[in-house]
Amino acid sequence: MSDPAGRGVVWLGSPAFPDAARDALKDTQLRANLKRATSTIRDKRLAVASELDDWEELRTSAAAIKKRTARHLDHYLVQLEESVTAAGGTVHWASDAAEANRIVTELVRATGEREVVKIKSMATQEIGLNEHLADEGITAYETDLAELIVQLGEDRPSHILVPAIHKNRTEIRDLFAAEMGHWGRPAPDGLTDDPAELADAARRHLREKFLTAKVAVSGANFAVADTGTVVVVESEGNGRMCLTLPPTLITVMGIEKVVPTWTDLEVFLQLLPRSSTGERMNPYTSTWTGTTDGDGPAAFHLVLLDNGRTDTLADTVGRQALACIRCSACLNVCPVFERTGGHAYGSVYPGPIGAVLTPQLVGVENAASLPFASTLCGACYDACPVKIDIPEVLAHLRARVVEQARAERRTPTAEALAMKAAATVLGSPALLGVAQRTAAIGGRALARRGRIGRLPGPLRGWSDSRDTPAPPAESFRTWWRKNRSQKEGER
Amino acid sequence: MSSREAILGRVRAALADVPVDEIPEDVPVPRNYRRAHTAPGDDLVTLFAERVADYRATVHRTDETGLTDAIAAALTARGVRRLALPRDFPSALLPSGPWTWHREPLEVPDLDALDGTVTLAAAGIAVTGTVVLDTGAGQGRRALTLVPDHHLCIVYAEQIAADVPDALGLLDPTRPLTFVSGPSATSDIELDRVEGVHGPRTLDVIVVDPTHPEHP
Repeated sequence: MSDPAGRGVVWLGSPAFPDAARDALKDTQLRANLKRATSTIRDKRLAVASELDDWEELRTSAAAIKKRTARHLDHYLVQLEESVTAAGGTVHWASDAAEANRIVTELVRATGEREVVKIKSMATQEIGLNEHLADEGITAYETDLAELIVQLGEDRPSHILVPAIHKNRTEIRDLFAAEMGHWGRPAPDGLTDDPAELADAARRHLREKFLTAKVAVSGANFAVADTGTVVVVESEGNGRMCLTLPPTLITVMGIEKVVPTWTDLEVFLQLLPRSSTGERMNPYTSTWTGTTDGDGPAAFHLVLLDNGRTDTLADTVGRQALACIRCSACLNVCPVFERTGGHAYGSVYPGPIGAVLTPQLVGVENAASLPFASTLCGACYDACPVKIDIPEVLAHLRARVVEQARAERRTPTAEALAMKAAATVLGSPALLGVAQRTAAIGGRALARRGRIGRLPGPLRGWSDSRDTPAPPAESFRTWWRKNRSQKEGER
Repeated sequence: MSSREAILGRVRAALADVPVDEIPEDVPVPRNYRRAHTAPGDDLVTLFAERVADYRATVHRTDETGLTDAIAAALTARGVRRLALPRDFPSALLPSGPWTWHREPLEVPDLDALDGTVTLAAAGIAVTGTVVLDTGAGQGRRALTLVPDHHLCIVYAEQIAADVPDALGLLDPTRPLTFVSGPSATSDIELDRVEGVHGPRTLDVIVVDPTHPEHP
């Protein structure tokens, strides 16, 4: 894992999106798995969202709550700190990944423990917490089934909601049989690839961890400023195990996850499960406010993480990406994600939201290809339960990438030259006529059955991934002149 | 400078476009959404029962006089014998029969050795088919309804709120809350839904409804 931004922001350092996507597109199994997964979740989401005839009003309210929070984030963070502290919790502030990792490590060390159980959390993936803890001699056990699969396979998550969607049942069976024994209770002999059997093997493997763990680490879906209540939304019950059985709970939360009031949850608890898994409600939602005597952890630590979020907040167009509630609806409707999968994005945040969030968190210069990993079709905006205008942010970040590249380069790029030439040609009717006649002749020479597969010269890069229709034999202007002058002559 | 001051300073600098005299309430939050996705006169108890059953939980309906028999029938159907009970669970509701009842306090390994648990609830949510536990009367602490493999939960008709906004308004956020919608489930393997990973693999809900005098 490299750190090009030099400020502790973790970037996975995989190849740039176009190269990674090219490899992913060759994987027909991956594409089949993804298509099935995204279309299934998409249909479920549409069905349960359409049960609510005020879906648009809920989205509008959610966007407004997030906007109010963002514009007064300092106020709400201070209020959250006060309410969590009053309820018996301890609040820590982490400027970047390195500081957050250091805080968590020290908190675990203070308990004398060398193991932690973990709830699936995007924030801790973003800061590379598991890897850091491993370096410090502390083993972090992922307890979400998909995260367990990813961890056992030394793999990376490929989707926000279903991180192991790129693996099929046989691959998972083989992984469990080979690896579970290295981490704890081995998989039972004769394990088949039946999902129920695989889930049962995970249950047995992890139960001994839950019952003995002394420290748990979680993320947070929401934290309520006025009450200090923290919320985790999940399905399997591993979250409930981690949140209630170990005596110490450490929650790492991006500063943008705060919501002003308890009442605001009535909006998000309707939007999130329906947008995410396509259910009316997820199986388990846990809320806790500080600590409770005789129930759950005796010590609760809340780590508030910046790690590039204040930079994102400073961009008045880009800041809306901080409203994201990590439902992954945008991934499932994205034609680009559906074909490339999550790994190609090289970030823990894949898909459309990753394409706008990652470059802002790590600096656009370090993820310059991601704002271009989109067709700008707008499906993600329609799907987003908090109305993040992802296409608007993509276009805005593309401009930032281009401006940055122009500022750094002395000689113009082929793209810039082409655009400049196009501007000259389009600005002169005479030049356009010449260009159209030339294109018609050249195009016919290059075309096969009306399509041009590959363009010559500097246009090759553009044509690598798309066909171009052959120019018509006659331009509209020529046609117009011919037909119109005939008609006018008839009058 | 502490990280707290640094982060708050960066937040304030990032919000230079926000007028200094703007207060949070100046940013309007329209709340034109519905308080409940039900119509006046809807039978909330029936809706709740249908929506809970949608999650592959088993729903039983009875009136108060049939409750003990309903508990016995549900436990018999599941074949569970050794059950954990909240400290204050009403003994009068317990059926006599082959069951052994283990009241709190119980250590987590003891809970793990039991077959199931029987509790009351704090609220139900009709539209989403959700049971809410707040560790209050007859519910026990959170581990009780988590570690054993079977959870039988009793919800009274008058506890059922129409929808999420109503339910949140009834609940006390300072208590630890658990919203339960069906048994533990995962869809992580090829999106095949499997009930039962870490939480209870089976969920039975008995709705106590005075207008429903059917006994099991």
